[in-house]
Amino acid sequence: MNTSFDVAAVAVVVVLTLGIGVYGLRLARTTSDFMVASRAVSPLWNASAIGGEYLSAASFLGVAGLVYAYGADMLWYPVGFVAGYLVLLLLVAAPLRRSGAYTVPDFAEARLGSAAVRRLASVLVVAIGWLYLVPQLQGAGLTLRATTGAPAWAGAVLVAVVVTVNVAGGGMRSATFVQAFQYWLKLTALSVPALFLLLAWQGDGAPDLAGPAGPVFRETTSVRLDGPVLVDVVERTVVVETDGRDRVLEPGPARLGPGTVVFPAGAEVPHVDRIERSTGDTWARPLSGAGGLEHPLYATYALVLATFLGTMGLPHVLVRFYTNPDGAAARRTTLVVLGLLGVFYLLPALYGALGRLYAPELLLTGRTDAVVLALPGALLGGVLGDLMEALLVAGAFAAFLSTSSGLLVSTAGVLVQDVLRGTVRDFRRATVVAAVVPLLLALAATSLPVSQVVGLAFAMAASTFCPLLVLGIWWRGLTPPGAAAGLVVGGGLSAAAVLSTLAGVADRGWPAALLAQPAAWTVPIAFAVMVGVSLATRSRVPAGVGRTMLRLHAPESLGLRR
Amino acid sequence: MTDDVPRRVAVTSPRTTAVRRPPGRQALAALDEQDVVGELLIRSLVRAQLTLGLRLAAVFGCLLGGLPLLFAVAPGTRDTEVLGVALPWLVLGGLVYPALWGGGWLYVRLAERNERDFVELVERS
Repeated sequence: MNTSFDVAAVAVVVVLTLGIGVYGLRLARTTSDFMVASRAVSPLWNASAIGGEYLSAASFLGVAGLVYAYGADMLWYPVGFVAGYLVLLLLVAAPLRRSGAYTVPDFAEARLGSAAVRRLASVLVVAIGWLYLVPQLQGAGLTLRATTGAPAWAGAVLVAVVVTVNVAGGGMRSATFVQAFQYWLKLTALSVPALFLLLAWQGDGAPDLAGPAGPVFRETTSVRLDGPVLVDVVERTVVVETDGRDRVLEPGPARLGPGTVVFPAGAEVPHVDRIERSTGDTWARPLSGAGGLEHPLYATYALVLATFLGTMGLPHVLVRFYTNPDGAAARRTTLVVLGLLGVFYLLPALYGALGRLYAPELLLTGRTDAVVLALPGALLGGVLGDLMEALLVAGAFAAFLSTSSGLLVSTAGVLVQDVLRGTVRDFRRATVVAAVVPLLLALAATSLPVSQVVGLAFAMAASTFCPLLVLGIWWRGLTPPGAAAGLVVGGGLSAAAVLSTLAGVADRGWPAALLAQPAAWTVPIAFAVMVGVSLATRSRVPAGVGRTMLRLHAPESLGLRR
Repeated sequence: MTDDVPRRVAVTSPRTTAVRRPPGRQALAALDEQDVVGELLIRSLVRAQLTLGLRLAAVFGCLLGGLPLLFAVAPGTRDTEVLGVALPWLVLGGLVYPALWGGGWLYVRLAERNERDFVELVERS
């Protein structure tokens, strides 16, 4: 690999991001510009920006990594990421825009007239925003380490600094330009290498991606291990360790590294202990539990629920809808987003599948999120491989930067509106606070697969803001106590599940499955509590609910007072 | 994307000599004042839009949500090959995306039609 190409790629993305940010800054004048770009962004721009913001480290690296390690069931991640937008379109897009609010807390206050519900929603926005930011920053650390050998903190700090400067400098107006540019960069960065990889695979005789064998080293492979790794050895293998001496690995558990281990061509890949070895045909089959996933049917349904219903509750997704000029434009924007995302998500699974043939050593090191970055070097090699790797690094950094700035804009927006007074200078201060906390968490926390953590953020959004938005938009009977109770119960349960998963409380059987994918039980409970408490407190239905419903649903062309 | 549905334009004729009152003033006022008629009008719109949204959500919920169940109860479908690609990969890795877009397109058309009907109802009354 050629490190200088990768460094140049990161530098170009950072400079372009900051450059477009400065260009946008010249246009940002008032606090309203900072927050929502004065609500005058066309559907294609806005849709590209939404796509740019939405396609995070989880999409660019994480999905391929999960497919690579756990097989066909992981295809539900990208399906859910897109289907979530369809649900958002069907149930919230236009009314949400017509509500005229900037953020979910604004919506909660406008709909329910309750400062308490507003504060609860604010806390949840910040919690979900931070939970989503941590894996972005960790992904940046992983990418820089995998491609340039920089220490893991370097990438996280770099991304945190760049987005803070950019968001504090230009706010949402510049973010819109930056995000739109980054969608197209990400699509190019993932599709061009994919084309070359497919050609190389064809040139290699198109070997079976899902054969009856387990992953093997196709040629003599030298694996570098930064620390000791516990692996399960499948067959007797003679490897060469750092000191140049042979070591015989017998079937069963073994400890490898730190240092370099050279495997002979044709050897079965020992898997890191948290990933179970599976043959190609098991891996390709849904519900097979490939990679050691337990209760795959439950996990699939819980994931479907979390992603389908969680998308509408993500803070950075919601804020984008206020930049549409009216409700009809909000719908069309969402439709364009569905198209843009659908095109992008055809690609990650391809990397995951090719990775099993050409980059199996990541199953040993456990750094499965790096499979996208490892493929060009392994399959293409030479200058072409270096160039494609650099392009992928650029795309990955675009992903970290765009999602992080979107999350930062929305968490800082909530902090400034609900904690500080709401001037441009306060917005800048809030941005710094909103970035420092997740940076510290990212540096302190052990890293889980990025898509898994992002999945937990979806589950939390689905258990809190989904019922609030859906019931708030369509049901007159929602009361402030009902909404508050639902947010507390849904948020509390999902947060507890998230924290115990991050802490690794249960790692086997039903408890682990229920905690790792909590949406299947937390979402119905949150809905039930919100409806139940609202029915029990009927007298507290807000007095102006009829007028609110009119504002949410009547088309703008009627010209009613708003 | 934004250009395929033409904007509504009002075509008016200068030939009429009658003094016309602005269309729909009463119904607009009814909506604005939140009286019984206004309530009924907006309730009918909300119901139409909710029914439409839930119907499409139910269609996609059954189609997509049914897939894991299909794989579970008919394990043969997990390995079936269509055009040389395993069925689950063909559907989840490719076909599902144009289908989702198609659903969105249909919804936007129908939702905008509901709104046009509503505006016409208000303007006629």
